[in-house]
Amino acid sequence: MKLFKTLSILAIVLVASAFSVNTTVASGYEVGDIATDFKLKNIDGNIVSLADYTSAKGFIVIFTCNTCPYAVQYEDRIIALDKKYADKGFPVIAIMPNDPEVQPGDSMEAMKARAVSKGFTFPYLMDEGQKIYPQYGATKTPHVYLLEKTNKGNVVRYIGAIDDNYKDASAVNTKYVEDAVDALLEGNNVPETKTRAIGCTIKVKNNN
Amino acid sequence: MSILTLDDYFYNMKHTLALFVLLLVSCKTDKKTDTAQTNDIKTETSTNNDVKLEIHDFNGLEPYLNRTDDKIYVVNFWATWCAPCIKELPHFEALNANYKGKNIEVILVSLDFPHQFETKLKPYIKEHDLKSKIVVLDDVDMNTWIPKVDENWDGAIPVTIIYNKDKREFYDQTFTYESLENELKQFLK
Repeated sequence: MKLFKTLSILAIVLVASAFSVNTTVASGYEVGDIATDFKLKNIDGNIVSLADYTSAKGFIVIFTCNTCPYAVQYEDRIIALDKKYADKGFPVIAIMPNDPEVQPGDSMEAMKARAVSKGFTFPYLMDEGQKIYPQYGATKTPHVYLLEKTNKGNVVRYIGAIDDNYKDASAVNTKYVEDAVDALLEGNNVPETKTRAIGCTIKVKNNN
Repeated sequence: MSILTLDDYFYNMKHTLALFVLLLVSCKTDKKTDTAQTNDIKTETSTNNDVKLEIHDFNGLEPYLNRTDDKIYVVNFWATWCAPCIKELPHFEALNANYKGKNIEVILVSLDFPHQFETKLKPYIKEHDLKSKIVVLDDVDMNTWIPKVDENWDGAIPVTIIYNKDKREFYDQTFTYESLENELKQFLK
């Protein structure tokens, strides 16, 4: 039965990837791809790149925002991820992908205010010009890309949700991101490399 | 057979078409088994402001996605917190009104949060006097049910399914009234 389950998950992943290859021109990263670095402005005014983190083993890149209720539900858990894994070499890098002209609640000022009120321990970057999220293939907030630093570059090891219960952190059955980071820290393969969750579409001009 | 990891499969993906087909079959079989095992349909209702909500987990919703009568079903996944959803919702309402009595059923599947049923969803339904069938999906295990709605859906809303007993289309996009009606007309041919 366990094998069966593994196979069915695998089949879903394969089907999903097959479809995205067939139907989309720029479908973003799949697990195994090398993720681009970036130079994005943080809420403190500094420019942040993955390359700045010379001693990191990888990154928990999370596309998130102020205004999506799912992202808000996960704020405390994102902070907890950074507190748990930054010291172990996997810091959280949060990127806000929305166009603030379309979604004023996600302006740089609003991002600063949220980061202060929640006590964000990680960079909260504005994807200015919305150039980075399409390369990653993020479609919604929150959307996690777990990267592992290798000599070839930052390899995508996991794409998807933080865990399997947006509503209640204490009722979570599977902590997808934690399981993935733990596996990498132990030198193992990530148990589940792609998951799906409901989220808010990334806000761009025209589609809104 | 040893269990390969997903990563291994992924890297070999392009060379394993046969395996892929095999797995697809396994997947479908497995799903059917799962559904049979967990067939306790949970339906809750609550009343407030004269609005009655029909609330389901995915097992309860699934029949709405798989009717086999002669109707055409237009199923839209939305939420009051989703701005693009709210923007296109009137087009679904208009379609529902304009095709009344023509064997077409519009179903609006709300993904609103349970803690906002009373404060957001019910007031919205009442204020906008929604006439289409509304069902609420409350099921946290999204990674399980999202691919059952459509393999190609990553979870961003809105999305829409139009189907009848012979044909099914999944739309990961927003609609104008014209574009929605045009898609419906493909089913009326």
